[in-house]
Amino acid sequence: MMEFQDLQIMAEQERTRRKAIRIHCCTSSGCQASGALELFHQLQAAVEAAGQNERVDIIGVGCMGFCGQGPMVSVEADGVLFEHVRPEQAPEIIASLDGGPCNVKQGDHAHPFFARQMHIVRRNGGVIDPERIEEYIAVGGYQALYHVLHEMSPAEVIDAITRSGLRGRGGAGYPTGLKWATVAKSPGERKFVICNGDEGDPGAFMDRSILESDPHLILEGMSIAAYAVGADQGYLYVRGEYPLAIARLQKAIAQARKHDLLGSQIFDTSFNFRVDIRVGAGAFVCGEETALIASIEGRRGQPRPRPPYPAEHGLWGYPTLINNVETFGNIAPIITNGADWYAGIGTERSKGTKVFALTGKVRNTGLIEVPMGMTIREIVEELGGGTPDGTPVKGVQTGGPSGGCIPEALFDTPVDYESLAEVGSIMGSGGMVVMDATTNMVEIARFYMEFCMDESCGKCIPCRTGTVQMYRLLSKISAGQATAADLATLEQLCHLLRETSLCGLGQSAPNPVQSTLRYFREEYERLLRKRVTINLTSR
Amino acid sequence: MATASPREVPTDQANDKRLKILEATMKRHQYRADALIEVLHKAQELYGHLTEDRLLAIAHSLHLPPSRVYGVATFYHFFSLTPQGEHSCTVCLGTACYVKGAMELLAALEAESGLRAGSTSADRKLSLLTARCLGACGIAPAVIVDGNVTGHADPEVMRARVRALLDEE
Repeated sequence: MMEFQDLQIMAEQERTRRKAIRIHCCTSSGCQASGALELFHQLQAAVEAAGQNERVDIIGVGCMGFCGQGPMVSVEADGVLFEHVRPEQAPEIIASLDGGPCNVKQGDHAHPFFARQMHIVRRNGGVIDPERIEEYIAVGGYQALYHVLHEMSPAEVIDAITRSGLRGRGGAGYPTGLKWATVAKSPGERKFVICNGDEGDPGAFMDRSILESDPHLILEGMSIAAYAVGADQGYLYVRGEYPLAIARLQKAIAQARKHDLLGSQIFDTSFNFRVDIRVGAGAFVCGEETALIASIEGRRGQPRPRPPYPAEHGLWGYPTLINNVETFGNIAPIITNGADWYAGIGTERSKGTKVFALTGKVRNTGLIEVPMGMTIREIVEELGGGTPDGTPVKGVQTGGPSGGCIPEALFDTPVDYESLAEVGSIMGSGGMVVMDATTNMVEIARFYMEFCMDESCGKCIPCRTGTVQMYRLLSKISAGQATAADLATLEQLCHLLRETSLCGLGQSAPNPVQSTLRYFREEYERLLRKRVTINLTSR
Repeated sequence: MATASPREVPTDQANDKRLKILEATMKRHQYRADALIEVLHKAQELYGHLTEDRLLAIAHSLHLPPSRVYGVATFYHFFSLTPQGEHSCTVCLGTACYVKGAMELLAALEAESGLRAGSTSADRKLSLLTARCLGACGIAPAVIVDGNVTGHADPEVMRARVRALLDEE
């Protein structure tokens, strides 16, 4: 049986077994694609060759965020950061520990990309080895769960989450505390907790990175939620496209079970909690909560009308709490540092931080976590460093196929749920794709509509046929074959889909079209066919 | 069921190790209907694709109507009812890759291989596929060749790789 002292002993043992110098080598998907695994082995070999085994440890860590500069290596004690490291440079890095010459490209922690960030959910990313529970415990892991089980009632936990002001990070921004309270008071023989890791928005990889870098943080958050709402079974629904995240979660669950942090009578209390992984099979619509539930039940991922909401009638008809990965990632830090601390970060109605995947035509691509309320301009120009070749920025796209494009003129908009909605986009799950003057906005709208058309589940007619009609119209416009009447039809269909579709996929599918029409209408009009009479007279 | 795949003749079924693994997976899930997607994942991992016979057998084991199993297998993009090539080349068409020239990349690979996206060469050497965001946006554009992700993919380099896979003996 795990006790609080055992946690402390484990943490202490882990700290004492640490060697003097820890070198972090990012082994997340992004850096692995840039050759990080080979580099990791070469670093180990270089330590061995230099006879530094007693002093130096090479740690495979989670995402450091600066994916465009990977593979990345950092030296813990002195904070030296290396970028674009090639495997053959490993001996050079090891030699540099003793003042040897080193020509490996060095990064700068003072760079705004790092300096302007604030890490809550990603605090362990790039610092601990995600495949060892001991490392998570050494940084205080599972102490929040202990505190909750022994010193707080479920109602007090829900109250703390409510007071923190945390809102759902999946995109919609529903107050997390309110959702928990609804599940807690819904009657049911059983209750379930589901973590939505079906990150389907193209251009978003926050959840992948969090799951790969700090799986125990999510398990701890889910456990606390389960205690608060009275659930004993959890499901982690992860995209099939994320094999590394799945492997690390499986490992983390096995380790947590072994140390009695998942299972029966956790921390010697009456609280039992099991977690199983469900692997998605490539259907974007499964990010919608009722479709996700259908998928866990082994059925086609098709949504159903709400209400009843899953909080009352969810998995197999039982009250079910569904939160996004990043939402669960905020739970343990809120319990540890207090609701007031969290409520002190961000803006009046959007508290805390948000993780964004900053990509596209921007110099510094990667993952960033910033306080709510930072402006888009600060993110794109300061953290992102503008476009790589100095081409003027045209806009950013947030929220994927459900979001919209925000033009450069509105870059002083602060990043919070309400402000982004006001300018016709959404917070979304956190994808932020930068577009420069060369990007064709009609093509972008067509790209997203093709996506929605392919991903429409086919259950409700407005979405099933509407997306096809809109895609055809956009293709026609793109090809220079459309008339003003086609454009008018397109706009009508936008309203129709928004008002009559069954779920969020269809309701928000017009967003990219509407926002590009709102801000870049001249690009559409330029493509409209000239009136036939003009062609005739010019002949 | 209208699939083009030839029916598999269950000759040495009893000796098929893969069948035993699939059976064990279903047993571990206590033949529960809600394990269908997990079972299909396993079947595809073992056999490369899902045949009509395989789907019928799974339906029988999980006590589900064949229509339900076929419906699920065809709903999700991950499951393939046709055989895939020996090698696969998948071009990511997520937004970040798209604005960084993924369409040009795909066009180059289609030209090089003579295949259209989503199809397999006649000799079953190569499948040219597309993906809806691999979450490798930080290193866009991304291409996966036989499970290995290449970031900052260059059309000329990728053309050469595809050519090498097609010419392989």
